[in-house]
Amino acid sequence: MRDQALPTDEPALSAKDVVKRFGSVPVLDRVTLSLERGDIVALVGESGSGKTTLLRLFNRMISADGGEVCVGGRSVNTLNPVQLRRSIGYVQQEGGLIPHWTVLRNAALVPRLRRMASPEELASMALQLVGLPPEKFGNRRPRELSGGQRQRVALARALAAEPEIILLDEPFRALDAITRADLVAAVQGLLREIGVTALLVTHDIRTALDIADRVAVLKGGKFEQIAPVAELRSSPATPYVQQLLHPTGEASARDEPPPLEEEASTT
Amino acid sequence: MTRFLKLTRIRYAGLVVLCLGLALTVCPRAVRAQRAPIVVASKPFGESFLLAEMFAQLLESRGFEVERRFGLGATEIAFQALLTGAIDVYPEYTGTGLVAVLDRSPEGTAGDVFRTVSREFRERWGAHWLPPLGFENTYAIAVRRESAEADELATLSDLARVSDRYIGGFSPDFIGRSDGLPGLRAAYGLRVQAERSLLQAVKYEALDRGEVDVVDGYSTDGRIDRYDFVVLRDDREFFPPYEASPLVGRSLWDTRPDAVRALTELAGTLDEEAMRALNRRIEVDEEELETVARDALTDMGLVAGPAIRIVRDDEERAGSLGTYLVARRSEILDLTIRHILLVIVSLVSATLVAIPLGLILERTRRSAEAIIRAVGLLQTIPSIALLAFMIPLLGIGVVPALVALFLYSLFPILRNTYTGITDADPAAVDSARSLGMTEAQILQFIRFPLAVPVIMAGVRTAAVITVGTATLAAFIGAGGLGDPIVAGLALSDSRMILSGAIPAAILAFLVDGALGILQRIVTPTGLEIPR
Repeated sequence: MRDQALPTDEPALSAKDVVKRFGSVPVLDRVTLSLERGDIVALVGESGSGKTTLLRLFNRMISADGGEVCVGGRSVNTLNPVQLRRSIGYVQQEGGLIPHWTVLRNAALVPRLRRMASPEELASMALQLVGLPPEKFGNRRPRELSGGQRQRVALARALAAEPEIILLDEPFRALDAITRADLVAAVQGLLREIGVTALLVTHDIRTALDIADRVAVLKGGKFEQIAPVAELRSSPATPYVQQLLHPTGEASARDEPPPLEEEASTT
Repeated sequence: MTRFLKLTRIRYAGLVVLCLGLALTVCPRAVRAQRAPIVVASKPFGESFLLAEMFAQLLESRGFEVERRFGLGATEIAFQALLTGAIDVYPEYTGTGLVAVLDRSPEGTAGDVFRTVSREFRERWGAHWLPPLGFENTYAIAVRRESAEADELATLSDLARVSDRYIGGFSPDFIGRSDGLPGLRAAYGLRVQAERSLLQAVKYEALDRGEVDVVDGYSTDGRIDRYDFVVLRDDREFFPPYEASPLVGRSLWDTRPDAVRALTELAGTLDEEAMRALNRRIEVDEEELETVARDALTDMGLVAGPAIRIVRDDEERAGSLGTYLVARRSEILDLTIRHILLVIVSLVSATLVAIPLGLILERTRRSAEAIIRAVGLLQTIPSIALLAFMIPLLGIGVVPALVALFLYSLFPILRNTYTGITDADPAAVDSARSLGMTEAQILQFIRFPLAVPVIMAGVRTAAVITVGTATLAAFIGAGGLGDPIVAGLALSDSRMILSGAIPAAILAFLVDGALGILQRIVTPTGLEIPR
């Protein structure tokens, strides 16, 4: 990706007036969003809000029915989907590691697909970065890891080829609370440290507030509010956002909000 | 990727060649000399075995080389085999020829029937009925004595009055043939409460135990008077005359007149009483087929008998199963090897077809389910029917047996391949695709390796089924461990049945175990724990 760096004057990711229907059901209704380079944006919403759909438009796992989706200023429809995906990091909620491959081989997947020099070295660096020393974890299989460790490997795999953009689809969802807190803290630091552009999908407003620079709240295929974290906190634009920030009967947000239903599968 | 495919292709071609090679080794007829032996066959019941053995020994005593294909599954199979030249001669009954083959209504004297079948078979198929052996063997409808007394039964008309309370145990043949149950229904209005399809070998036992109430037997059967059964008189003369006669195929008739002449020497040599006595020696006294046939031919003066008759001593007759198996070990070993070859060739071919087919179907999911179900339908065809369908196309022997076993093996392997491939770890597949793996790479690196244990489970299922089903190959003369099972059933020899059944069961067990080990070896590391 370094050799085909994104034009700096264009947004890294942008969606303009995007429409997506599944059958006759509108999932995204004229949605517009833009991420500058290095932006870290969280998409927050409940099941069926369209957040995962929007995420998957950017790596062409889903095609839009209307509007324009661009990566680095170029419409995704003009890009080869396989090449596009290889240039964007991706982490999903269950990790999705290849179970019969070692940790190192999993992490080296994208560098190898892109035929980069010394993919294992890149994989080792990425593992180090996510806090899994490769000499200790490199030869293990996913089955031999804890849930949190598996998500870290998935993160390393997404970052190993040093992409400029990373898409994270509920990466913390399947984890217990303590592991989640650890990983959220780690990811927050990591994303800023490497300066990657990140789009994170989560149902959990607190995770969003912890990690992102800006938060975009989706409801029923439309944005309720897109704002920097501080602004969202101080002036929620709609009752829905207010409700998200302060669930009924709760003065301060100490407990986890009730888990929302996972979004209908979009694959 | 390309190199991988190339390697795969080479390995694949190697397997195909190996498979063809194995097929040739189990198919000796295909490569054997031109002057073929005369193939003598029989249907799967005692009298047919005995008559065929007499034909074979008579021909051998006149210097002909003979190959025995005894126990062919049914009239349809034996007759088709005769027409295709796969066999040369087998004992058949004129009434059966008239009704089951020519589809005529059963009527006329014995002479009329013989003249009709002789003419029709010659004109239509070039098959020839030699002069009858001298006895009639008609259907004998039998009931237990206490039923006969309680319901005052002496004739089939009497039976028709009460038959709706009776459970019938009939040969599969008899249930379907117009000179069997359907004919009885028309002629006597005879309707049973329920009918069960039973082989001749177990029918009398079932009647005796009261599991069924009426059976079809043969009038020359050696066992009817051993039990206390009553044979009901055919008072409307429904059953046609069933004279036994050697039925000779076209090629033997045209090319070996001396052999045909030898067989005609049997004309008129056996009356009903003599036949019943011979049957009893086999079915009740459990004497060897070869001995009884030789004695009969010697008594007729057709072959020179040995100076001293070989009488089996009581010790051998009463010998345990163990001694029996040990005495026959080399024969059993041969049959087992043949059985293994049948299984390996059909299973390997099915695997070579089903796995690639499963991979292709994964790409065309829309039609996949329909195609897999169609293959599954093959599974529901009874094996004996599938074997019979194949005779007009492939004759009898090893080839149709291999094709049938191949077809039966396809489904479990195909179903498991498809399921294993499509259900492979959805999260891993989604991630891999999202990170830019092509569909071909996903198939090669993720779906296929993850499906391997599931595919192997399908192969194991198919293997165990095939080991069992291969015993039915004996019905079309393919050999294997089914031979002693079919012969033992026909001759009421339980030790003979077990000498096929036990090795087959052990074989199924071993094959499953061996494939289980193979499954563990080919399962990729990281997947060992059952998913």
